[in-house]
Amino acid sequence: MSKPKVAFYWCASCGGCEEAVVDLAENILKVVEAVDIVFWPVALDFKRKDIEAMPDKSIAVTFINGAIRLSEQEEMVKLLRKKSQLIVAFGSCAHLGGVPGLANFWDRESIFNRAYKTTPSTHNPEGIVPQEKVTVDGKELTLPKFYNTVFRLDQIIDVDYYLPGCAPPPDLVMNAINAILEGKLPPKGTVLSPNKSLCDDCKRNETKPEKLTIKEIKRPHEIMLDPEKCFLAQGVICMGPATRTGCGERCIEANMPCRGCFGPTDQVIDQGAKFLSVLASIIDVNDEKEIEKVMDTIVDPAGTFYRFSLPSSLMRRKRMPSVADNEK
Amino acid sequence: MSNNRITIDPITRLEGHGKIEIFLDEKGNVDKAFLQIPELRGFEQFAVGRPAEEMPRITPRICGVCPTAHHMASTKALDDLFKVEPTPVAKKIREFIYSTFMLEDHTLHFFFLGGPDFVVGPQAPAAERNILGVLNKVGLEIGKKVIEIRKQCRDIISYLGGKVIHPVCGLPGGVSKGLTEEDRKKFLEVAKAGVEFAQFALKIFDDIVLKNKEYVDIVTGDVYYHRTYYMGLVDENNKVNFYDGYIRVVDPNGKEYAKFKCQDYLNHIAEHVEPWSYIKFPYLKNVGWKGFVDGEDSGIYRVAPLARLNASDGMATPLAQEAYEKMYETLGGKPAHNTLAFHWARLIEALYAAERMVELLEDKEITDPNIRNIPTETPKEGIGVVEAPRGTLIHHYKTDDRGILTEANLIVATVNNAAAINMSIRRAAEKLIKNGNVSDGILNMVEMAFRAYDPCHACATHSLPGDMPLIINIYDADRKLIHQFKRNVK
Amino acid sequence: MSNEKFEPKIVGFLCNWCSYTGADLAGTSRMTYQPNLRIIRVMCSGRVDPQFIFKAFKEGADGVLIAGCHPGDCHYKEGNYKALRRYKLIKKLQSEFGIEDERIRLEWISASEGAKFQEVCNEFTETIRKLGPFNSKKGGKNE
Ligand code: SF4
Ligand code: SF4
Ligand code: SF4
Ligand code: FES
Repeated sequence: MSKPKVAFYWCASCGGCEEAVVDLAENILKVVEAVDIVFWPVALDFKRKDIEAMPDKSIAVTFINGAIRLSEQEEMVKLLRKKSQLIVAFGSCAHLGGVPGLANFWDRESIFNRAYKTTPSTHNPEGIVPQEKVTVDGKELTLPKFYNTVFRLDQIIDVDYYLPGCAPPPDLVMNAINAILEGKLPPKGTVLSPNKSLCDDCKRNETKPEKLTIKEIKRPHEIMLDPEKCFLAQGVICMGPATRTGCGERCIEANMPCRGCFGPTDQVIDQGAKFLSVLASIIDVNDEKEIEKVMDTIVDPAGTFYRFSLPSSLMRRKRMPSVADNEK
Repeated sequence: MSNNRITIDPITRLEGHGKIEIFLDEKGNVDKAFLQIPELRGFEQFAVGRPAEEMPRITPRICGVCPTAHHMASTKALDDLFKVEPTPVAKKIREFIYSTFMLEDHTLHFFFLGGPDFVVGPQAPAAERNILGVLNKVGLEIGKKVIEIRKQCRDIISYLGGKVIHPVCGLPGGVSKGLTEEDRKKFLEVAKAGVEFAQFALKIFDDIVLKNKEYVDIVTGDVYYHRTYYMGLVDENNKVNFYDGYIRVVDPNGKEYAKFKCQDYLNHIAEHVEPWSYIKFPYLKNVGWKGFVDGEDSGIYRVAPLARLNASDGMATPLAQEAYEKMYETLGGKPAHNTLAFHWARLIEALYAAERMVELLEDKEITDPNIRNIPTETPKEGIGVVEAPRGTLIHHYKTDDRGILTEANLIVATVNNAAAINMSIRRAAEKLIKNGNVSDGILNMVEMAFRAYDPCHACATHSLPGDMPLIINIYDADRKLIHQFKRNVK
Repeated sequence: MSNEKFEPKIVGFLCNWCSYTGADLAGTSRMTYQPNLRIIRVMCSGRVDPQFIFKAFKEGADGVLIAGCHPGDCHYKEGNYKALRRYKLIKKLQSEFGIEDERIRLEWISASEGAKFQEVCNEFTETIRKLGPFNSKKGGKNE
């Protein structure tokens, strides 16, 4: 029997997810023995023709990391979908939209303006911005289209499994690969990490009082962070209650609160809204004026509660006259 | 035409995929060559509205290959923003984490990436020019050592930073987690092993590259040669520093051209925009943008290991200083314009990083529990700079008085080299394409040119199963595709 | 689209014990009020998950009303305070999604306040009518 073909591919990615694969260290050699890696990581157009030439569904599994923001990424993942039996969305960006998804609070024009015109070091008196097609000294050069909106992978193609985390921890990656190799696959659509909240596994949970109540919110740099006490009990925003477990509480181990990179549990559609709800419940103030005061100490709730999941939120992006809901 | 792309690290890591387009004139000589970077993610825009203290957790997502560099630059920008001096031990811990990161990044690069070109040999078949080829040549034991050192360094960063990919420990005025005496002892072992390892890597370079005339000729040859300005951080003695100091620029003759506080970068650096790439091209503002040309009159400068060494007067640790002197002796003085000497400089820097780890850990103060000063000033504007493995990295934030970002400007390490990389590719092409005759060596040569600028780790993934996939398209005067070179494109 | 007269779609989450009864009273008392409100009965305003609110907008609502018992009167004691806190927090982030402040409204309406219900409903409808449709570019063509 020939070895199963495996592919890795990346879209709008920081490369950290690729590192996560390399971090499998010696395990990677076992993987290499068991499978035939057709590409890893591949740059779009390289093997595009070759992928096109492959029979449909001939790749056993393709791991895709990064969000979708360019036309060529969309084209490529659609092609890979056709050629692969399974698609795994690898890492927060593919799973939820990730940090690059914060760009959904803006549109293409404002992003271009900032990058190419208004940043203080940019010297651009003619107001040049990159063009999809441009002729330079008679030579025509093209760039892929930059979308107004960042998408997570399953908003573009059908996805079979999700590996959460920014980046996913090695043990989860290994478990996933083993499960696939052994054919012990959970139901389609499963997020490959336990379906309970981070708080359930967090050591600091024990320090949470019976009924958690807080009267003010502190930003992490404003107080000495207690290395043992639950962050929320210290009044510091920690996304633990609205976040899926499985990361090993990595940030908390470094004495910093969770920012939710694993996304929510299965029961939750919108991680930010869920956290908003949790936070509103534990704030122990009832007077309207007092409530407003506390709320004022919560800076940037949108960018914090949706740090990794804005493209996955119910609203997906900011509504702007320049961009329609699903527009690219 | 969609088949004319190339993955070029580190740019690939940084801003997505790259592609090279080479155009010939009527005579069949190179008319134009372009390296295009077709990706942009817009961090400078979506940083706006975020709380400043979250920036060290947001900006590392620019590059998951050197997240620690972004994390540190960002954290330092916060010190400046909140006008809070980190406690002495906090500075040490940060520099320790940072040195660990540099050691890991540099040695790994040498063995997994740039190294194979030399260790296995530039003429070796592509299938052997990878980590496995390196292991064949230098022995499996050494391979194990590489993996071991890398793992130990990464474990240290995970322990102190939470995650090695996107650490979280930096706060204005300090760090979130300190070291115990036990940690110190344990890490000191790693640091010492690191020094040994870096020396050993230099010895490999010596044995395999320097003792081989053919290699030396390539290193010193004119294909990989650009007379440019050089930039790097230096300490008060003009010694190379990764974590802090002044930005120093030397001209193509090695004379100090400028030395300035990081906060003054806008007086010295500007960025040029081209419509055919999503990447910007930084240059020295006071020299000016003259297009993709080298020499004194062109503001193009280079960054990263060789540039840092060129821009300094030496290394702050003894063994690294020795190696530094030896390098310039061999290359015939300072500055060295040989692009391939970036590899050599990288190993010298790895040695410095390891020596610095030892120094920091031998100082028992590093276990002091006083790891943070709480900021009290009203924030307004902050600039933080570090030397990333791939060059000078600048984070610049402005905020309202609650510390919410109103503006961000980032000059990312590799971007500094963007213009030079374009020139290096063009030069390699010019040397290798004459009268329409295209030498097969072009792939190797071009690839080596940009690899020297430090393709990132993740590129190791290219190297494991084979070599870096690469396509170069060559067009004739009628813009017809006449050649396409492919490597490792199945 | 532009020629059609805009009829706002408003979703109202009304607590069972007070506000829904108040609305009922308005109905049985034959008070006339704008027909734009689609009422969803919930047990308590404290049960209105913020996800419901975003969902409503996503599904095409132009405005969302949450109504509960007056402070101190909640059947579950504290539910309406929770609603108030959520509401205040949503106010802080809704603009990031491009949802204008006026599109989400919280009101206390008791079982006996049929008239207040009528007034809130009419007034809110007018506010939204003036603001115009929320998803103004919805259905925009994919490029
Ligand atoms: S999930 Fe995180 S590590 Fe992976 S590509 Fe996105 S930002 Fe990078
Ligand atoms: S809120 Fe954060 S610190 Fe507290 S138990 Fe949950 S995950 Fe742990
Ligand atoms: S603690 Fe939270 S943010 Fe950190 S790795 Fe875990 S899920 Fe992600
Ligand atoms: S029951 Fe009416 S608000 Fe709680």
